[in-house]
Amino acid sequence: MTKSLLFVGVGGQGIILASKILTEGLVKFGFDVKMSEVHGMAQRGGSVTTQVRFGEKVYSPLIGEGEADVIVAFEKVEAARWVKYLKKGGTLVVNDYEIYPQSVLVGQEVYPDDVIQKLKEKVENVVVFNAAEVAEKLGNIKAQNMVLLGALIKALGIENLDWESVIKENLPEKMHELNIRAIKEGMKLS
Amino acid sequence: MRKIMTGNEAIARGAYEAGCTVAAAYPGTPSTEILENIAQYEEIYAEWAPNEKVAVEVAAGASIAGARSLSAMKHVGLNVAADPLFTMAYEGVNGGFVIVTADDPGMHSSQNEQDNRLYAQHAKVAMIEPSDSQECKDFIKLAFEISEKFDTLVLFRITTRIAHSKSIVELGERQEVGVKEYKKDVKKYVMIPAHARVKHVEVEERLKRLQEYSNTTPLNRIEWGDTKIGIITSGVSYQYAKEVFGDNASYLKLGFTFPLPDKLIKEFASKVDKLYIIEENEPYIETFVKALGINCIGKELIPICGELNPDIIRRALLGEKERETYSVEVKVPNRPPVLCPGCPHRGIFYAMSKYKDIIATGDIGCYTLGMMPPLNVTDTVIDMGAGISAAIGFEKAAMMAKRKNKIFGIVGDSTFFHSGITGLIDAVYNNSPIVAVILDNSITAMTGHQENPGTGKTLKGDISPVIDIKGIVKACGVKEENIRVVDPYKLDETEKAVKDAYNATEPFVIITKQPCALLKDVLKKRAGRYVKVNEEKCKKCKVCLKVGCPAVAFKNSNIVIDKDMCNGCTVCLQVCPFNAIEKVGEWND
Repeated sequence: MTKSLLFVGVGGQGIILASKILTEGLVKFGFDVKMSEVHGMAQRGGSVTTQVRFGEKVYSPLIGEGEADVIVAFEKVEAARWVKYLKKGGTLVVNDYEIYPQSVLVGQEVYPDDVIQKLKEKVENVVVFNAAEVAEKLGNIKAQNMVLLGALIKALGIENLDWESVIKENLPEKMHELNIRAIKEGMKLS
Repeated sequence: MRKIMTGNEAIARGAYEAGCTVAAAYPGTPSTEILENIAQYEEIYAEWAPNEKVAVEVAAGASIAGARSLSAMKHVGLNVAADPLFTMAYEGVNGGFVIVTADDPGMHSSQNEQDNRLYAQHAKVAMIEPSDSQECKDFIKLAFEISEKFDTLVLFRITTRIAHSKSIVELGERQEVGVKEYKKDVKKYVMIPAHARVKHVEVEERLKRLQEYSNTTPLNRIEWGDTKIGIITSGVSYQYAKEVFGDNASYLKLGFTFPLPDKLIKEFASKVDKLYIIEENEPYIETFVKALGINCIGKELIPICGELNPDIIRRALLGEKERETYSVEVKVPNRPPVLCPGCPHRGIFYAMSKYKDIIATGDIGCYTLGMMPPLNVTDTVIDMGAGISAAIGFEKAAMMAKRKNKIFGIVGDSTFFHSGITGLIDAVYNNSPIVAVILDNSITAMTGHQENPGTGKTLKGDISPVIDIKGIVKACGVKEENIRVVDPYKLDETEKAVKDAYNATEPFVIITKQPCALLKDVLKKRAGRYVKVNEEKCKKCKVCLKVGCPAVAFKNSNIVIDKDMCNGCTVCLQVCPFNAIEKVGEWND
C-alpha cells in the first residue's frame, strides 16, 4: 500500500533537508520511494512543497487532492492552502508559526488569525505545536524541521525504525546530537 | 549499490559511467544540478559557460576532437543554443554528443511552456526521454552509444518532474572510453554550402536508419495488460498512466522518441480496442500517430496547457469525480516569491520607484521580482539579455511618438555576461540614451548560487580571473563620466546615480555592487546585525513598508522588524523620516 505525504511551508524553512532525511531513511528500510520538489523562483520566500510517496512499488511522484495520508505544514497558513490534498481521515501536522507573505506586510491582504481553529473544526486529526519553541529549548531554532519530521514519522507509524542511524549517515557529526534529540522530541508531540 | 537520486544527479552519474570527458552548461532551472553534479567527478572537465550557445559550442568542439561530451540547459536555453544545434545535426559527432534539455511543464520557474521534443524533429537529431532516475542514468549511457553509432547528436529530453524527482538508482562503474583520435575532415566539419548540401542528404538517410532502430530498440517497449485500452506515452506521463490504469491497460512506453517507431506503433494499435495518447503539453506523439492513419484519443481530452498529474488523467479518461477531501473557510493570502530580506537589489529598485515616468525593461533573475508590489518598477521581461536590448527599442519607439519616458534596462551580472553585452554595444553604436543598470551581486543567484565569469571561480572551484564588468562597459564605448558604480545598501549614492542617469542624454550605465545576501560569507559576516524600531519615535507612517522587505511588517498596529530575518542592510532605516529605526548588533565596518 503506497503512502503519500506532503511537506508544505515557505522557502528557507528547511523543508528540503527534512524530506531528504525521510527519503534516505525510507530507502534504507527497503521501501520504493519517489519524492518531488520544486526549485528556482519558488524558493525566494514563496510557498514551497515537497511530495513523498513510498510503498512496495511507486509510479507517480505526484500526489493528488484528497490523497495525502499526512501533511506537515511548517507554517500555519500553508496548512490551510494545502489541506485539500489531505485524504479523509488523514493527519495534519501544523507548526504553530506564522510568516507573513509580502501582500500582508504591505497591507493588501490580511493574515487570518483563526487558521488553526478553522482547521480543527473541519479536520479530525490535527496535531499542533510550536516547533520553533521546541527546537529553541533543545538549543537551536534551526532544528525545528527535525522536530516536525519526528512528528511526521510518528503520524506515519514508522517511528520504530532506526532513524538515529539515518541522521548519522546523512548529516555532519556536529549536527547529530541536536537533530536526533529534535526528531525524538517531535515523535512525542504527534 | 542503490542510491536515491534526482533525475539530474542520475544524469550526471550516467555521464560519468559512460566515460563522458567534457561537459558545459549555463545554469537554468530545472537543469542546473546536472553540471553541479558532473563537476564532482574528477574524470570529467566541466564548466559554466557564459551562455547556452557557448556551452553547446564548447561541447561540440570537444565532440569533434573525440571526447564524449554533454551540454545541459533549461528549455529556453536551447533557443539560445539553437544555432549550433541545427548545424551540429549536419556535422554529426566524433566522440558521442548529448544535449540535455530540461523542459518545465507547469512553468514552475520559467517564462513559457515550450515543448522541446519539437526541436528534435526540427533539427533532425535522435531524441531520448527517460521516465525516472534509473532511466536517466541508463539512457544517458545509451545516448552516447547511439550518438557514436549513428553519427548524430542526441537530444535528451527531461521535464521538471524528472529532473527534480528522486527515485532509486542502481549504480554502475565508469567505462573508460578515452578521447578518440581526431582526423581532419572538412567535408564533415566545415559546413559550407557545398558540404551542407551533401550532408542534408546524409541526414535524411540517417533518419531512416534511426527510425528502424526506433522500431527495434528496447528503449521502446510494449507492456501487455488488458488490451481493451492501449496507451502510448513517454517520460513522466508513463508513470502517471501506470498510476491510473495499472494492469487494466496495455502500454507502449516510448524512451526513444525521435524518430518515432512507426511499425511498433501500428503493431500496438492493431492489438488494442481503444488507443489513448498520454503526453504533457504538445500533441507530439499524437500528431505522428494520426498521420499514420490510426485513430486515437489525446488532446481532445487531455489538456495542452500545464503539467499533467494522475488526477487530470483520471478525470479526463475515466470520468472520475474529485476525491473527497477537506476545505476550510479561511481566506488564504497569496505567497508569491519576493526579494529576500537584505537583498542588494532592493535599494536601486526603491530609488527607481520614485520616478513615475521611468520605464524599466527587466530581465531573467531574482531581480525580475522588481515588478512586485510595493516596488512595482519593472515593465517588461522577455528573456536573458532583453533587459538592455528591449530598452533600446522602447526608447526609439517612445522618441518616434514624442513620449517623454526615460528607459532603464535592468540585467544581473550573470545576465550581462550571458547576452547583455551585445545589447550595450547596440546602445552605444546606435546612440540610444538608455540607462543600463547592471545588478552585480557576484553570483548567479536565482538558480541557487552558481559561479560566473565575474566571481573569480570556476565550476570546478578553481581560481580564475575576475572579468571586470566596468572594464567591459568602458570597452563597449560608454564614456567614463556616464558610468556610476554604487553600493545599493547606500541609498544616497544610489539615488544620486539614478538621478544622474535620469538626466543623461547619452548611453549611461549604473553598476550596483553588493554580494547576494544569501551567500555563506555574507551570512556569516552579517549574522549579528539587525535593525529595530524605536517605538517612541515611530509615527507609523509606513514609509519603511515601501521598500518591500519581508522582515518589516505592520503587526498589531505597530511596525515590527523580524530580527532573525533582518541582515542589517539598513535600507528601511535610511528611508525612515523620523530616525525611528536603529542599528543593533555588531557592526565592524
